This record gives sequence, C-alpha cells and structure tokens, in this order.
Amino acid sequence: MDQVFQVFFNLAIIERVWPFLLAGLGMTALLSLLVVPLGLLGGLAVAMAHSRGHRRLNWLLIAYVDFFRAFPPLVLLVLIYFGVPFLGIDLPKFAAVGLAFFLNTSSYYGEIIRAGIESIPRGQMDAALSSGLRYRQAMLWVILPQALRNVLPDLIGNTVEVIKLTTIASVVALPELLNNARLAQSLTYNPSPIVLAAGIYLVILWPLVRLLSRLEHKSMALH
Amino acid sequence: MGEGQKAPLLLCGRGLGPVAERREGEGIGQAKLMTPLERFVFSFFNADVAARYWPDILQGFLLTTYLGLAVIAAGIPLGLLLASIRSFRRLPLNALIVIFADVFRALPPLMVIIILFFAFPYVDISMNAFVATWIALTLVLAAFAEEIFWAGILSVPHGQLEAARALGLRRIHGLVFIVLPQAVRLAIPPLTNRMIAITKGTALGSVVALHEILNEASSAASNSGNATPMMMGAAAYLVLFVPFVLFGRWVETRFAWKR
Repeated sequence: MDQVFQVFFNLAIIERVWPFLLAGLGMTALLSLLVVPLGLLGGLAVAMAHSRGHRRLNWLLIAYVDFFRAFPPLVLLVLIYFGVPFLGIDLPKFAAVGLAFFLNTSSYYGEIIRAGIESIPRGQMDAALSSGLRYRQAMLWVILPQALRNVLPDLIGNTVEVIKLTTIASVVALPELLNNARLAQSLTYNPSPIVLAAGIYLVILWPLVRLLSRLEHKSMALH
Repeated sequence: MGEGQKAPLLLCGRGLGPVAERREGEGIGQAKLMTPLERFVFSFFNADVAARYWPDILQGFLLTTYLGLAVIAAGIPLGLLLASIRSFRRLPLNALIVIFADVFRALPPLMVIIILFFAFPYVDISMNAFVATWIALTLVLAAFAEEIFWAGILSVPHGQLEAARALGLRRIHGLVFIVLPQAVRLAIPPLTNRMIAITKGTALGSVVALHEILNEASSAASNSGNATPMMMGAAAYLVLFVPFVLFGRWVETRFAWKR
C-alpha cells in the first residue's frame, strides 16, 4: 500500500513538478476561455441564421453542423495542423487548435441553441413583432432569453465537454495541463504528475457535473 | 502497413517530421513547377498515394468500427446495470455508483486513456493500446449511460412500482417489466447522442499508437510526405459517422423528448 502511494502520490515529485503543471493549467484555462465564448458566439450566429427560415440557407447550415459533428475533434485538429502546411500556409499551433475547436464547438452550440429557439412558440415572435419591436430586438429580448433558459442543461453539458476536449491539444504539443503532466511523467519516471493532473480536472469539473445532474433530473421529472 | 514505423501521436509536435522536411525535398520540390491548383490536387488528392495506402486506411476503418461496437456493447449494459442497482437505494452502494458516474463524467477521456496506458505499468499492470482505449471509453460511456438511465427511472412515477408490487410482482420484476421499459424509451435520444460522442472518442486511441483510422492516416501521410492519406482518413470518418449523426437526428424527432 505504502509502495503504491509512493508511486502514484509521490509528494517529492509533485512538489518538483507543481509549477510546471500550474503553467499547464494556465494554458488550459486560457484555451477554454478562448474557445467557449467563441464557440457560443458562432453557435448563436448559426442558430439565429437558421431561425430566419430561408430554405437554402438552412440546408447549408444543417450540412455545416452535421459535417462538423460527424468529425471527431481530434481528427479535425490533426487535419488542420498537419494538413494546412501542405497549402503553403504556416499556421501557428494556437491558431490551429483554436480553428479546430471553433468549427467543432460552434456546430454543437449551434444545434443546441437552435433546439432552444424552436422550443419557443411561434406566437411569441408574432406578439413581439406586432407590439412594434424589430425582428432583431424581438430575437434578442424576447426569444433568446427563454430559448437559452430552456436548453441551459445542454449548454452547460457541452461546455464541460469542451473543457475536457482541450486535452486533445496535447497531441500537437500545445503546453496545456495534460501535455505538461505527460512530459513531467516521462522526465521523472513517475506517474504522480498524471494522477495530479487528473485530480485537477476532477476538482474543476466535478461541481459542474453535479450541477448538470441536478438540472437534468429536474427537466426529466417535468416530463 | 506502409514502410517506416508508426509512432504515437502524443508529443511528437510536427514530428510527423518528414512532412515538413520534405516540403523542400524531392516530393513536393517538383510541385514548384505546378500551378497552385495542380499542387493542391497533388498534395491532397493524389491518386498514386491513395492507391498505395488505401489498404492501411481500410484496416484502420475496420479497427475503429470494431472498437466502437465493443465499447457500446460493454458500456450501455454496464450503465443500465448500475442504474438498476441504484434504484434499490442501498446507501453505500449508491454512493459508490454516484462517485463512479461523477468521476468518469468529469475526467477527460484522453486523461483516462493516458492513466491506463502510461501510469498503470508502474504497478505492473500493463495493457496494450486496444485494451486501454476500450476500457477507458467503456467506463466513460457507462458513467454517462448510468446517469441517463437513472434520470429515466426517476421520471417514471413511483406509483407504477407500487402498483406492480400490489399485483404480487417481486421488486426486481417490477423494475424489469414495468419501470425499465418506460425509462429506456425516454433514455434513447440522449443515449444515441452519447454513443455518437463516445465512438468518435476512438480517435483518441491514436495517442497511444492504436492503429485506428487517424493513426493509420497520419503515419501514411508522414511516410508518403503527402496529405492525401489524411483526406482518405477524413472521408473514412465521414462514411462512418454521417449516417450515425443523421440517425441521431431522426431518433430525436421520433422520440421527441419534450421538456
């Protein structure tokens, strides 16, 4: 038992690699803070364009959403990171990761928000328009607040997924948490850094996951 | 398999190396004489390269499909079993199940794979890339499936089970024949989405050098110094998942899950 503890929770090693892991955590936070808002904005744009109800445009939007939902995000990232240089364009690492994430997350958020908008009865929009609001105002002040509230569990769920997804940036050696933990593990010949990194993800994401369970049970119970 | 060795994807940077180096080298050096369009077709839709590497991609395709099915076949029943056990509300057991479900929903799947593959060997538990990926994805799917089934079970009014008991059914029969059929129906749309997400996670196996589509495609790309195998890999994923995504869309309207 003591030996297992020495292997997986070696305090001396943890103390040594702590600053390095913290730097990784900083990168993970930065990446999350970049891709979540960008993805949300992209998704909002997709969903609002869809709610206009142009047939051809909607066909395109659905194709976009389904295309990027069908692609494993890691494949998208590898394709962009290793494929784009063949076009003669030198894409910085962070930009490649950002682009891959944007394409993926905006599709998911778009689909969620679209479902939210469609859950609002048509009469709400008619009423808002007939009371003198412009279409954009009606969307912003009447439809969206209700729509987003209806799909809040899905939005939170997807955000958790996106934060977990930032680990794939390690594949292109972007120095985020998992990448640094793996590097520390191979330098110290000890798995404690990986275990610690897992602990950090748990501490950050557990509250969100709990919250999600409660919201989901509530919405299912309403059924 | 092509010549040259396959490397795990992790931490190799642009260490798919030959790509970058050969950009100036013989392969694409010729490309400088081509028009931009020709160069694009040469690098991304090269028939010679495609002819040479399609068996590799096909092998990766079969492995990805096999792994995805194996994960679903193990993860969904495990999740259903855990949710059923939870419905008997034995406290210590319930706490364990909740912790299991929370941990594997909060941990990134790639993290789980890395722990199984790189940390466990330190205590002499080694497994190959396939087993590590399979176990990791199965645990993650089981955790999500447990939560989904549990939410479904909760949504069936308690009176249903009481009525079953009053009719003389045992508790377990009440669960299996009365509660679960209703709960499972409700669980189908979110479960479909989760299955799609988890089977896409098979691509993560490439990090531990599992020879699935992504790994085959990127090693073929680095061996040939050409991006065509990547495009073939991407096409393989589309062939595999677009029907799945469309099926998910259909399921969502068919079993419309109103809030």
